[in-house]
Amino acid sequence: MTKPLVDIRDLSVTFSGERTVHAVNGLDLSLPPGEVLAILGESGSGKSVTLKTLLRLLPPRRTAISGMIAVDGVDVLSLSGRRLADYRGGTVSMVFQEPMLALDPVYSIGDQIAEAVMRHEGLGRRAAMERALDMLTRVRIPSPERRLKVFPHEMSGGMRQRAMIALALACRPKLLLADEPTTALDATVQIQILLLLRELQREFGMGVIFVTHDIGVAVEVADRIAVMYAGNVVETGTVAEVIRDARHPYTKGLLAANLHGAVKGARLEAIRGAPPALERPPEACSFAPRCDFADERCRTAPPPMIVPGPGRRVACVLADRLEAAE
Amino acid sequence: MSATDLAPVAPLPDRGGPQQPLVIARDLRRHFPIRSGFFGRRTGTVHAVDGVSFEVVKGETLGIVGESGCGKSTTARLLVGLIALDEGDIIFDGDRLGDQLSLRELRRGVQMVFQDSYASLNPRLTIEDSIAFGPKVHGMGEGQARRRARELLASVGLEPARFAGRYPHELSGGQRQRVNIARALAMAPRLVILDEAVSALDKSVEAQVLNLLADLKEERDLTYVFISHDLNVVRYISDRVMVMYLGEVVEIGPAEAVYARKAHPYTAALFAAMPSMDPDARTEEPPLAGDPPNPIDPPTGCRFHTRCRFAEAVCAAVKPALASVPGEARGGEARAEAHVAACHMLVAGSGHSAAGGAA
Repeated sequence: MTKPLVDIRDLSVTFSGERTVHAVNGLDLSLPPGEVLAILGESGSGKSVTLKTLLRLLPPRRTAISGMIAVDGVDVLSLSGRRLADYRGGTVSMVFQEPMLALDPVYSIGDQIAEAVMRHEGLGRRAAMERALDMLTRVRIPSPERRLKVFPHEMSGGMRQRAMIALALACRPKLLLADEPTTALDATVQIQILLLLRELQREFGMGVIFVTHDIGVAVEVADRIAVMYAGNVVETGTVAEVIRDARHPYTKGLLAANLHGAVKGARLEAIRGAPPALERPPEACSFAPRCDFADERCRTAPPPMIVPGPGRRVACVLADRLEAAE
Repeated sequence: MSATDLAPVAPLPDRGGPQQPLVIARDLRRHFPIRSGFFGRRTGTVHAVDGVSFEVVKGETLGIVGESGCGKSTTARLLVGLIALDEGDIIFDGDRLGDQLSLRELRRGVQMVFQDSYASLNPRLTIEDSIAFGPKVHGMGEGQARRRARELLASVGLEPARFAGRYPHELSGGQRQRVNIARALAMAPRLVILDEAVSALDKSVEAQVLNLLADLKEERDLTYVFISHDLNVVRYISDRVMVMYLGEVVEIGPAEAVYARKAHPYTAALFAAMPSMDPDARTEEPPLAGDPPNPIDPPTGCRFHTRCRFAEAVCAAVKPALASVPGEARGGEARAEAHVAACHMLVAGSGHSAAGGAA
């Protein structure tokens, strides 16, 4: 088996301050090189925090991180100073939900891409601008020569997101992190960006972790899906396994709530209640208070990690029972 | 208007009978000027809503779909009178807004729930006060308004004893949206406009709120206009669907007919852009290239012709009118059953090569 590109073990992230939040609780996750993983979860599930921890973007004074993260053999949590700056944008880069906020409003698109290339690869300005032009062409921005000199506010939402992707990929990272990159876009533009990302991923062969709350988006881009709830992965598997054979009650609820093929007028099988506030670290199954199948075991101890098949994990006592029944 | 008229804030009576549409929107038009420079000279016009006509039948849910800039939210705001019409008529249960119906009366009949549940509540009022505010403005006594607020909280699934005294920031997004729904119902409206009301909610909470909306509609005999970009949700909740593009209606008809036929090429593209739920049949080709054009200077003729793969010369020259979709509902049937789309390909003799020759 090849060495994983990303290896996260027992990661916990806790924010302190006015309120303590245990955002990520004992997360294990790994990503082989060249694979696309979608992290699927609702707000507060810890999916964005996981991404930000991978780039070490969280405010150090208010954040306690424990566990281990290795990306391409580098111990991410021990990085600092120059080595951290080399890592960000060099080995790993990120595409955000709001390109208008992520891009610098006072530099042209070309200058921003060239700056990253000069910093990470030590190229001269001319060569860096050539790379910027090449990147804008690859993300299919029409008339790229002209767009090099354009500022972010002069572009449409879809074009800005393309520019953001060009910037993120300019230094050929081994890992691309994407945090809901299409959520703010219109439907007809979203699908263009998703297909573009899929194509560039194949072209560059990089690993991608794609965070989304939309199952349909995950199906379009990912090889595998990890479903997160209350700061931990509750179910992982290939896209087909998770969509067609969901084992965790939460995953099943999410699939039903997607309304794909819901019968008009029929009552929706809504998951009751709301996600936990995570002021204390979970001591039992976090989903138990909302689960129709929860029993005594669920409320007293953390759920076991069941492995129904290779590369497949489900954190639920029920998955075990299902397997035994089959 | 006298105070006694308003005192009870009772539901408005049904005046026109079941055959009279609750709302007739006729040729609605709203343009926004763009001003720039030192003297604020008018340098452009946003054609936000440009000649939109439709009806809302009593007791139905009309879904409105479209991308940003298509005018769906402006249409909603015109219906509640939040922004004034430039041209056109809104007829609410037989009474025309303006001469036969005051804005104040319209707002007793039409209420709205917005997307941002936090921004649409006053952060300094407890949720009980927020809900009681409307009835009090319309002349209801303090005690009665409070009682009504508590009843409404209970009916949207928030226990009054626990929640009445809370402030908006003390609630979750789903709970806040329930408060907004309760506040909309406080005026006992007949029409509730839900403008992306469930879009900001998590999927698991969204399903709860959709169930609640279905219950309330049943209990209170409501009519909904449901605006959303999520086609799955619109299909689930709507009886009829209206598709908008750049300030115009391109297709309108019974939900199942629109979803099955997708008569307008834009409707077809919008549906094809929905992510596939089948890992073995992922989308391979984006249905449309580029972003939706700017509504500042909309294209001539059919506004979709710049992105349409069937576009021909006639599309840029002549604006297509809404016409019956062939092979389905004809003009003779009830208007609510009609399925119409604005595309030259559907009209025989329009000059488009894909249109049939005989009428």
